[in-house]
Amino acid sequence: MDFALLLEIFPQVLLDGVILGFMYALIALGYTMVYGVLEFINFAHSEIFVVGAFVGVEILLGLKNAGALDQLPPFLVLLLILVAGMAVSGLLAVVIERVAYRPLRGAPRLIPLISAIGVSFFLQDFVRLIESVWRNAFNLVYPGMEGLNRRLELTATVDVPVKALVVITASLLMLWALHLLVNRTKLGTAIRAVAEDQATASLMGINVNAMISLTFLIGGAMGGAAGVLFGVQYGLINPYTGFIPGLKAFTAAVLGGIGNIPGAMMGGLVLGLLEAFAASYLSLLTGGAFGAEYKDIFAFSVLILILIFRPRGLLGEVVRERA
Amino acid sequence: MSHAAGVLVLLAASGYAVSIFPHSILAFLLFQLSILALYLARMRPWLKTTVAVLALCVMMPAIGTINGYYLEVATQVGIFAALALGLNIVVGLAGLLDLGYVAFFAVGAYLWAIFGSPQANRVFGGGFPLAPGWFFVFLLVGLTVAAVTGVLLGLPVLRLRGDYLAIVTLGFGEVIRVLANNLDKPINLTNGPKGITPIERPPLPFSPALLPGVAPSLLYSLYFYFLVLLIVGIVVVVNRRLENSHIGRAWEAIREDETAAQAMGVPLVRSKLLAFACGASFAGVIGVLFAAKQVFINPESFTFLESIGVLAMVILGGMGSIPGAVLGATVVTVLNLQVLKGFSLWLNELRNAGTVVLGYDLANLPTQLEPAKYERMVFGVILVLMMIFRPAGILPARRRQRELAEPQQ
Repeated sequence: MDFALLLEIFPQVLLDGVILGFMYALIALGYTMVYGVLEFINFAHSEIFVVGAFVGVEILLGLKNAGALDQLPPFLVLLLILVAGMAVSGLLAVVIERVAYRPLRGAPRLIPLISAIGVSFFLQDFVRLIESVWRNAFNLVYPGMEGLNRRLELTATVDVPVKALVVITASLLMLWALHLLVNRTKLGTAIRAVAEDQATASLMGINVNAMISLTFLIGGAMGGAAGVLFGVQYGLINPYTGFIPGLKAFTAAVLGGIGNIPGAMMGGLVLGLLEAFAASYLSLLTGGAFGAEYKDIFAFSVLILILIFRPRGLLGEVVRERA
Repeated sequence: MSHAAGVLVLLAASGYAVSIFPHSILAFLLFQLSILALYLARMRPWLKTTVAVLALCVMMPAIGTINGYYLEVATQVGIFAALALGLNIVVGLAGLLDLGYVAFFAVGAYLWAIFGSPQANRVFGGGFPLAPGWFFVFLLVGLTVAAVTGVLLGLPVLRLRGDYLAIVTLGFGEVIRVLANNLDKPINLTNGPKGITPIERPPLPFSPALLPGVAPSLLYSLYFYFLVLLIVGIVVVVNRRLENSHIGRAWEAIREDETAAQAMGVPLVRSKLLAFACGASFAGVIGVLFAAKQVFINPESFTFLESIGVLAMVILGGMGSIPGAVLGATVVTVLNLQVLKGFSLWLNELRNAGTVVLGYDLANLPTQLEPAKYERMVFGVILVLMMIFRPAGILPARRRQRELAEPQQ
């Protein structure tokens, strides 16, 4: 085994892991917030994420066709697609809740879960349908932006692409904004009250339905932002891209303790790092017998191990007991 | 006109229609509808059974000799009906959401694929494939191995909340698929994405000379059709016996209210484990059969899409309902194999002919627009609409119907 090589790639793997981790953290927030309030897994969240990515790519391709992509400052473009992706994904999440989940409130737990799977499958093909009609293609590539593709050289073996720094900064800003919103504002207090006890919250004059919609709006917007950042970072997207990241983000939410917002952030980071290290070190450590294709298995093994040994997650669950 | 006469006329008419238009989708759909009508009709039980046996064991094979593809459709329907019945135990009776059900199907299929083909030579040296007769032994091996896998997977997660089970089974389904895709190294067990072929078929129980004039490929199609029919029959009987048994009632009690069931003395974890293993074992048996029928398998047949497809069948027919599961399997399979594909072909013809509809030239239609590829949309719409408007399904289970009729709380 080549320890020198292991050490040499360490900083690069660390960087990959952190980027992946923030991505998972942003998506995991959508799962964990909805679970905290309604106690069910919003399966369609991975498609909300993908829709964000598609909104981003459509705007970029539109700008490119108009010849404006290279004229505008890249950070302005990035801000534009982030805001647009967040708006569309957030609204989509609210609509989904209104149409497919609200009529089922109070039904046995299995019912809204199955409905959510249905919405997820429907959206995958719906995105494909729209893109097939509109562009006659549904595997799309984010057009490169000159300013974002530059690399900053830190040492001889480590260089950081500008876009990686952008992804990390954007994620940090959003997580911080969410933290302020949930913990420091009246709206945030109301959301937490609804998660704690819907009946009592409504007796205190809180509009429960509005707060549930708001939860979906915020979670959806975070998912949309993650989608745009995913596209900027990794480039290739298709309507089915969301499935695996969604599954892993849910794992991250469970890892941190479902319903727990700081937990989801931490769980995302931990899982991202674990996965990046597994992907690059597994084949080195086993002499090439098991390669990076096992990284997904690795993530699920983590999930199963947590559920066996620490089912309430690292930071503890924030979910009320069902009466 | 009495029900019996109506059904007989419908059956005869559809059989006649198929013989005149062997390639018309509508004629074969009419035949399927007449079988549904037979199920729903009010007739004397002995008459109903006789007509059903005639329709399934004589008419259907006869239709198959006219158009072999219909026999293939019928066999697929049977395979999925058996799978849906297995999942029905887990989801419908015990209320455990299993999203990785095809993983057990894959376990069975790969078991026979590996040992019933030269593939095993790469791992164990010579001596393979096993003689075709071993197929019947492997039906039992598949059953056992799948059940054990189910227990091993269920043990850690069945103590937890139900939705965690959903996510873990989903993850397990992916794990099995990734393993099947990548276990061509360091030891070549599954041959990776290329898949395994040729897989041995069970020996014909009769000499081909008895049926001269029938092509050998059709002989095997007919044989598999009857084999599948037999297995569906067995699965239905087992399901029925389970449903009304002590354990079946315990499952339904758990589904309705875990706490109350536990208070009544139902051992929660053990009962859930049993449901999980039962469902898995069905899938294992059908997997062995599937591998032998297809002669070739690869990981593509065992994706998440398939798991959700089987779930959609159970939901469409009605959770916990045996006729519902069969109906759901028929509707979804026929929708996928015939209606969507037929629509695709039709659209292609229109496109190539350059037909103009409402001033729009269909030749300009995007080529990526293929209705056959939109299975997910079909499954999605089925799941959401059924949950919102008819959660008990098209043919609800009787016991469940009674429960839902009572006012809540």
